[in-house]
Parts: sequence; C-alpha cells; structure tokens
Amino acid sequence: MPESDQKIIHVKDLNKSFSGIKALDNIQFDLYPGEVHALMGENGAGKSTFMKILMGLILPDSGSINFNGEFIENMDVHKMLKKGISMIHQEILMVPELTIAQNIFLGREFKQRFWLDEQEIDKKSEEILNLIGLNLNVQTKAKQLSIAEMQLIEIAKAISNHAKVIIMDEPTSALSDKECELLFKIINDLKSKGVGIIYISHKLEEIFQIADRITVLRDGQYIATKNTYELDKNSLISLMVGREIENLFSSDSRVPSNAILEVRGISKKGKFENINFEVHAHEVLGIAGLMGAGRTEIARAIFGLDKIDSGEILLKGHKIEIRSPKDAIEKGIAYVSEDRKALGFIPEMSMIENISLSNLKNYSKGGFIQTKKETKVSSQMADDLKIKAAGLNQKVMNLSGGNQQKIVIAKALLTSPALLILDEPTRGIDIGAKHEIYKLINQLANNGLAVIIISSELPEILGMSDRILVLSKGKQTAILNKQEASQEKIMHYAIH
Amino acid sequence: MQYINNIRQYGLLIVFGIICLIISLITPQFLTVSNLTIIVTQVSINALLAFGVTFVIITGGIDLSLGSIVAVTGVTAAMLAHPDSYPVLIPIVMGLLAGLLMGAFNGFIITKSKIAPFIVTLGTMTIGRGLALILSDGRPVSNLSDSFNYLGSGTVLGIPILILIFILVFAVCSIILSKTVLGRYIYAIGGNEQAARASGINIDRVKLSVYSISGLLAGLAGILLASRITTGQPNAGAGFELDAIAAVVIGGTSTAGGRGTMVGTLIGVLLIGVINNGLDLLNVTSYYQQIVMGIIIIGAVVLDSLNQKSNS
Repeated sequence: MPESDQKIIHVKDLNKSFSGIKALDNIQFDLYPGEVHALMGENGAGKSTFMKILMGLILPDSGSINFNGEFIENMDVHKMLKKGISMIHQEILMVPELTIAQNIFLGREFKQRFWLDEQEIDKKSEEILNLIGLNLNVQTKAKQLSIAEMQLIEIAKAISNHAKVIIMDEPTSALSDKECELLFKIINDLKSKGVGIIYISHKLEEIFQIADRITVLRDGQYIATKNTYELDKNSLISLMVGREIENLFSSDSRVPSNAILEVRGISKKGKFENINFEVHAHEVLGIAGLMGAGRTEIARAIFGLDKIDSGEILLKGHKIEIRSPKDAIEKGIAYVSEDRKALGFIPEMSMIENISLSNLKNYSKGGFIQTKKETKVSSQMADDLKIKAAGLNQKVMNLSGGNQQKIVIAKALLTSPALLILDEPTRGIDIGAKHEIYKLINQLANNGLAVIIISSELPEILGMSDRILVLSKGKQTAILNKQEASQEKIMHYAIH
Repeated sequence: MQYINNIRQYGLLIVFGIICLIISLITPQFLTVSNLTIIVTQVSINALLAFGVTFVIITGGIDLSLGSIVAVTGVTAAMLAHPDSYPVLIPIVMGLLAGLLMGAFNGFIITKSKIAPFIVTLGTMTIGRGLALILSDGRPVSNLSDSFNYLGSGTVLGIPILILIFILVFAVCSIILSKTVLGRYIYAIGGNEQAARASGINIDRVKLSVYSISGLLAGLAGILLASRITTGQPNAGAGFELDAIAAVVIGGTSTAGGRGTMVGTLIGVLLIGVINNGLDLLNVTSYYQQIVMGIIIIGAVVLDSLNQKSNS
C-alpha cells in the first residue's frame, strides 16, 4: 500500500445518532489512492449510514471528514459528486427506456447549442465501455440488460464522472463468476489509475481476493482496521460478530427416506430441458449452476409461478399439476424466492400479517380473521426463528434484510410444507443471520422436511447439501453426492 | 390494520374538527341538527361510491366507470319503478344487479387482459353512458311509484333512509377491509402484487371481487339518486367518480395501493360535504368552491407525502 501518498479520504471521530440511538460511534477511516478498502460488518453495523454520510445524503453530528487534504463541511450530494465520490448502489437506478449511452450521461448530456448531441454521447460511451472491456452496443435500451450488465454500466458511469473514490455496495450479489472476474479486472484497472475504492460485501472470499485493507464496524462502533494479509476468515468473522462462529454450516448426517418430489423430464423452452431429479424426506438437495443456468426457472415452475411445456412432477408418488402458487402451497410445496423484495413480502404490512399471509385460511372463520389466533401463531414462529422487530406491528419494510428473509421463511414454514425450496436463502444478509438460517435448514431436514437449496455460493451449496444437482445452460450435467462433491467438480460440470 | 392506523388520520381528524369549528363560529346555522342532516344526506351518494372505490384503490387500481354505472342503474331501476308495474323490490334488485354486472365486467376484463384498470374502466365509462342513453331513449325516465321515491326522501324513526344506508354501508365496508381475509388480501395485492401471488393468493378472484363491490355500491347509489330526484336520468352521475376518488385520496388512501382505511374515506367524504356546506352558508359561489376543493385535494396529498417522508 502506498503509504507515502496523500490520503484521499480521512475520517476522524465521526458520530451520528438517530432519535437518541447511536448509529455511528467514533468512526475512523482512511483511503489511499489506488487502494481497495473493504468495509465489513453485519447488517445494522452502520456501514450504510457511514456511506450515506460520505455521499452527502445525511449530515454527521460530529467528527471531521478530510477529502484530498481539504476539510469538508455542509456536505451535500452534488458537492460530493463534484469532488469525485461515486457510489454503485445495490439497487440499480437506470431509466429502462433510455439507451446505455443516454443513461451513462444522464444529467450531463453533451449539447450543440440547444440540441442534444447524441453522436457525442454515443461516442464517449463507447470509449468508456471499451476502456472497461464491456462489449455492448451503446444504443441498447437499459431494459434489455441483465442486472450484471447494468451494474458494470454504473461503474462506467462513475468512471465517466472522473471519480476519485468509488463506493461499491455488494457489487457482486447479482453477478456470475465470469462477470465477477470482469469486475475484479476493472477494479484492478481503476487501482492502477489511482482511484480509491470502498468495497462493501458479505462474501468473505472476494474480500480476501480483492481488498488491500479491511475496516470492521460492529453495532455502530469502530472495531479495527487491518491489512488483509494480517487476517484470515475466522479472525475476520470474530471481529465482525464479536465471537467465534465455530462451524458455519454444522451439517448433520441424515438418512433420506421416502421420495417427496420426483421431477421427470420437465422442459420449458429457452429455460431448461429434460430435468430429472428426486428429493427425499430428511434430505437437502442443492442446485448449483451459473447465472442463467435455469436454477430459479426450475424452482418457479415447480412452485407454479411459470408453466412447464412438458414432463411430469410427482409429489409423494402422485402425479400433480400445479397451475399457480396457491395450488403449490395447498399441495405442500413452499418457495422462498431469490428476490426477497419483489416476491417475498408486503412492505407496508406488519411482521404478523406477513407471516400468516399464505395460511390465513387456518386463522379465519367464515371469512373473518381470528386475530388472536393469528397473532399467537405468527409470533410463536417469529420467536422460533429469532426474528428481531421493535414490535409486532412494525412494518416489514423497516426491518433488516436478515429479518426480512426470516419472515419470508417463517411464512413458508407456517404452511406446513412437505417440500421447501430456498432460492439464494442468504443473499445479502449478514453472517450471524446466515448462521441461524443454516442451523434452521439443518433442523428442518432432520425433522423430515425435503429441502431444495439454490445458491450461487459454492461453499454454501457444499456445506448444506446432501446431494447436489448441477445445471449448465438449462441442462442437468451431474448429480453429485456430498462425499464426491468439491468446488472444482461443481465448476467443472457447471461450465460443461 | 387497525381502524385508525397512523398519525395522519388523527391529523386529518384534527383538521376536520378545526374546519367545523371555524365554520360554526362564523355561521351559527352550521351546527344545527337540520343542517348537519342536510350535509350527511348530501354526501351520502358520494360516500357510497367512495367506500366502494376505496377497495379498488387499495389494490392499486382505479374505477372511472362509477358515474356511468350510476346512470345505467338509475335508468334501469326507474324503468321498472313505474306505479302499478312491479313491486318496489324488483327495480331495486335489478338496479343492484346491473351495477354488480358492470363492476364484474370491469374486473373480468382487467384480470383476463392485464390491461391497466385506468383504460378498462375508461372504456366502461363510455360504454355505460351509451347504454344509459339507449335504455332511456335519451330521455329522463319519470313517473315513478311513491314507494320507490320514498327510498330517497323517506325516514325511519325520524332518520332519513339515505343516512341509515350510508351508516350501514360504512360499517359493512370497514369490517370487510379490516377484519376479513378478503380485506387482508386487498392490502397485500396493493402492497406487492407479485409477492401476494407467490404467497398463494388468488389475485384474479380478489380483483374481481373489488370491482364487483365497487359496481354494486355504484348501483345502490344510482337507485338512491333516481329515487331522490324521482327520475332516472341518463346523464346523471357524470364526474361522480372523480368526487369519490377525491374523497378517498383526501382520506389518506395511497393511489399507489397498499395503504388506506374506510375511516379515512369517511372523513374525506364528510370534509368535502362540510366545506361545500360552509361555503354555501357563507354565500361563496360554486365557482370558488371548486377552487377551494382542488386546493384541499392537493394539500391533503402533499401533507401525506411529507408525513410518509418523515416516517421513513
């Protein structure tokens, strides 16, 4: 790390409270040009608040922020953008009907007199895309892009803005391995150009791959800043959670019993083809594959969100036809979607109301909801899953990602399913909540539930599954036993 | 969802109270039993429409066909309500049925075609107006039986029938919304339709229900209006849907869906009635009244969005 260079960012003793509760307590942070500085901590550790302050979205209560040798006061978004801080958001903000080029220069369009100079916008955009090695037509409309492509274009936008500091918040959460590689290559390019990068991620593997230094926050407090080589996974986790998590996966040995779900030769045009597998009671089946391999599409079809073109699905030995999620739930299939916000919960509703939503029939009489029964059962489930909310009536939109995910799982479990499908069950949630969800999945499988886990994180698939189904471009390429499976083997079949 | 679920509604209630207080200080006739009865009677037709469309708006939809349904059902009922033709129950049942069918038609097209409710109900609005003119041959249908006319002008135990219906419909609607499974599903669909579907809710059935309820209540409003003015007017009800939507919006229901209450709509309806009545008493011409009403609609939504921001 270039100690001699001047720091781009130097934050000292930063404090921020929200209605009396300390969100940030004496935060220290610095960033050198050409450095990737990872910011780590569980959900609620204060990372977002800190980043919002750096972006000028909220003002700190006290403390100093020095940017390029200059103390900054009364920050606001425009000032910070001008100084060269850009943020790549977790949720991408692009105008779907505008082209890539129009999006990159949105708000900073080139003009000739009064008229937009579309040619210049396209030309400059092409240069930037070439620079980061992204091979796309700049006249493509944003709505046709994958999330991964949009994320990379957001980075292009930051570069075009001559950013000196780029904040990346969970940039790889929607990227395939190949796209991650491209991202890391871009990050290395940026480093060599002297751009400082603040990198937020829950994926420890990539932190060790890419970060030069790591700062850990916990419950709003500054814990430590270390060089990456001084840490290993376990020591980093214990800094983050304040205790050692011994065995993240703690998978037990189980004996699978009767087949719950049998999938026979199902196909859906353009999505997946001739898929065959079984899931048994007392068993966790992992489904692995790259983005676009058809993992989520298969789950959606089994749950009745999409129709299959051909093939059979059997539940407990009987052929079934699933026309809608309602059908699936009534037959004993529950699905926890990869897209928590879109398919998981009703943000305006309370925890209680969300947990009971799939099962209201059992808590109503003659169309009237039996509120007492509903509250009792839902809050029991919330207790079992250790969901933390300020009160029973707190809206789910105000809860952390981990708690939201647990609520979606609680809703699925309340329908007493025979088969539970979990699609990316730990995406974007912190390590403590992850650990709890893993424990829960094990417990459920031990108690006789058939579980399918879909995940992009190979350690998760390997740690949790009894058997692993590997997909590649919509076709199944292998079913591996726990004993024979390894990261290399899965990858081998995934790129088959 | 509780009856009154946020500070905003207390705020609305306070604003309502202050306005009543101001008007009653300026004009002593305001706070008399007879004047208050007039206000409630006047708003009762709008209230029925507003209660119905509240369900629709909470699912994230809209119903622009209400005014036309009022006309069709009013004409239908009036045609069957001539003296010595049918018992009074027949025009009432047929009028309600006509409203229910038109509402169900909206719901059916919206769920099957996936076309935006705004467009579908705009179409139904035009179709309905044409239907009312065809049924009535373009002329008001008059000469109605006394028993039919009694609905809109009569009293039971000294209370106008209109007011009794108003109270009854309010009670039923607010129970449906806050206590039943259907009510919960209505909020769920407006809050996140995709997630509601993935939770096993039959989206189409719920939507069909809300548009049917909206149509049914518009039918009830149409019958009562025909009875009150003792004619079935093919041109009746034009623009009623906008008054109803205004009341719902003033009452704090989000047009984006997922949020709102019947109590809010009730207060919205009464607020509009009280202000119109107060301005009448103060001899403000109806031209200015419209401007005042517009300001109140925008003001209510601005307050609402400020309140939402401070909550989040």
